[in-house]
Amino acid sequence: MDKLIRVDLTHLTVRTEAVPEAWLGLGGRALTSAIVAAEVPPTCHPLGPNNKLVFAPGLLSGTSASNSGRLSAGAKSPLTGGIKESNVGGTAAQMFAKLGIKALIIEGIPEKDTWYGLHISREGVAIREDGTLQGLGNFAVLEALQARQARKLGVICIGPSGEYKLSGANISVKDPSGKLRSHGRGGLGAVMGSKRIKYLTIDDEGAQGLQMADPEAFKAASKVFTKALMEHPVSGQGLPTYGTNVLVNILNEAGGLPTRNFTYGQFDGHEQICGETMHETIVARGGKPRHGCHAGCVIQCSQVYNDAQGQYLTSGFEYETIWGLGANCCIKDLDDIATADNLMDDLGLDSIETAVAFGVAMEAGLLAWGDGKEVLRILREEIGKGTPLGRIIGSGAGSVGRAYGLTRVPVVKNQAIPAYDPRSVKGIGITYATTPMGADHTAGYTIATNILNVGGQVDPLKKDGQVELSRNLQIATAAVDSTGMCIFIAFPALDIPECLPALIDMINARFGTRLTGEDVTGLGKAVLKTERAFNLAAGLTPAHDRLPEFFRTDPVAPHQAVWDFTDEEVDAFWAF
Amino acid sequence: MVITIKLFAHLRHGRFKEDIRPWREGTRCGDIVRELGLRAGELGIVMVNGEHAPLDQALEPHDVLAIFPLVGGG
Repeated sequence: MDKLIRVDLTHLTVRTEAVPEAWLGLGGRALTSAIVAAEVPPTCHPLGPNNKLVFAPGLLSGTSASNSGRLSAGAKSPLTGGIKESNVGGTAAQMFAKLGIKALIIEGIPEKDTWYGLHISREGVAIREDGTLQGLGNFAVLEALQARQARKLGVICIGPSGEYKLSGANISVKDPSGKLRSHGRGGLGAVMGSKRIKYLTIDDEGAQGLQMADPEAFKAASKVFTKALMEHPVSGQGLPTYGTNVLVNILNEAGGLPTRNFTYGQFDGHEQICGETMHETIVARGGKPRHGCHAGCVIQCSQVYNDAQGQYLTSGFEYETIWGLGANCCIKDLDDIATADNLMDDLGLDSIETAVAFGVAMEAGLLAWGDGKEVLRILREEIGKGTPLGRIIGSGAGSVGRAYGLTRVPVVKNQAIPAYDPRSVKGIGITYATTPMGADHTAGYTIATNILNVGGQVDPLKKDGQVELSRNLQIATAAVDSTGMCIFIAFPALDIPECLPALIDMINARFGTRLTGEDVTGLGKAVLKTERAFNLAAGLTPAHDRLPEFFRTDPVAPHQAVWDFTDEEVDAFWAF
Repeated sequence: MVITIKLFAHLRHGRFKEDIRPWREGTRCGDIVRELGLRAGELGIVMVNGEHAPLDQALEPHDVLAIFPLVGGG
């Protein structure tokens, strides 16, 4: 029987609980958000003893379903002041599911001024006082933890940024090749740091494994689902070959590639940092153009990027990071960006928040546009060492903007806006404004339909249809985020009619339920409304569902587009 | 009339990144797609001057035609 495990750090106790009936049908984001909404006082300080950090595998995690290995983490965010869910690949979700852990709830704050590790196995959870890894970067933490144990462990950890409780700190999760993936957004690493947990190790040896209500039906549905993923041109060919970074040239062409801290929509160095150039470089240097973030991924959008000597430089090198330091900071050297990517992984920093913070820092005159070497120095010497400047930049774009009195600060609910300009790709602006997460492209990825011609076509430069598009995608995404599925299954799901029913059939076969498409839509709506209610109670209002003012006043080239939605039009998003 | 054609991702293989040359008046996007030997199933996004365009759109002098296969990211 699946269980909840509650770790109370104030009293240093662990309790195993039955899953309350209301939460039995939930997983991933639906479950972390339900627990945070039920148990965390919305007005609490995110870094205080009343916040809770919740981990939950998706409904299908641990099964053989393709792309189902995502782990959700939830808490009140120190960056946004609202609810946060961030999901990640890696090996932990599948291990949690096999151990029958539906959710792990970490609460309280220890009295002692020391650090702790949690070890999770079939015996339960052990709290270990362990200050030996304090101050270490994530890669050294992984190495030290694995050296203690012969069997392959799952690891969830924070770097120095999480220890410093910076609002840009992420939580890192070990991936199948021993590198890292990240619960990137919203400063969840700072919440983990506030609880003085440096790491969690997971050993699934002798785990009970999963119970499957109807193994035959599962197998049949899983086959249809995988076929859809393989057959769709985006998930089957485009993503595996060029990775997410193929978007640089597409957004540049469409005038939606935020450049020089969201001043322009096109970058003259786009060919130096684009997916095509990156693919050629990876192949020429003996890297890996295809790589999965978790076992069972058939899309393999990730990659391993080597330096000019053919040595490992970074992996999981994504469009968002490359755009953020590339076009948005005007850095044209892909090797500098890759080095920064690896450093951010090691320090445990969200590479979107941090890259956008560097763009704002460049606007403030702290360093020159395009100065990749100075970015590397600041990462190592300022953020890595916790200097005052490092803490300002490491706490995100909003933090830098406030410290330097700037108005061009691309954040919503204090979270940095990702790699699509909302003036020239208007659907994503509705998502940035309305998602309870703060600016987050993955919450309702309208780029699919605005730019990529997936799931139809809605003109990115016009207002028509954008609110409805974002709403439908946000509802669907909230449901998908609860299954443990990678969000890239949305590409086939939007175009191939058999894909979504097969996903629902897999859930039904796993749990013996009879969910319909309508139930799944209902789940997505319920998740959004739960999250929204938490935010309202935390003090976030419709006035926080707004883009920064400069998007209205400063037209973006080449289309000279501005953000022109009225407040009423944006607020209509919630009419469901 | 002079048209700039840009190709992306694997459409560049055996072709080019960018090609600037004269085309006869009234040339449509679809004419160039056919001339380049691109199959319908290979086409993802067609943009003229940074805006999505249908294949039957007639081109104007100095237009920039960008052609992408179906790709995505996030």
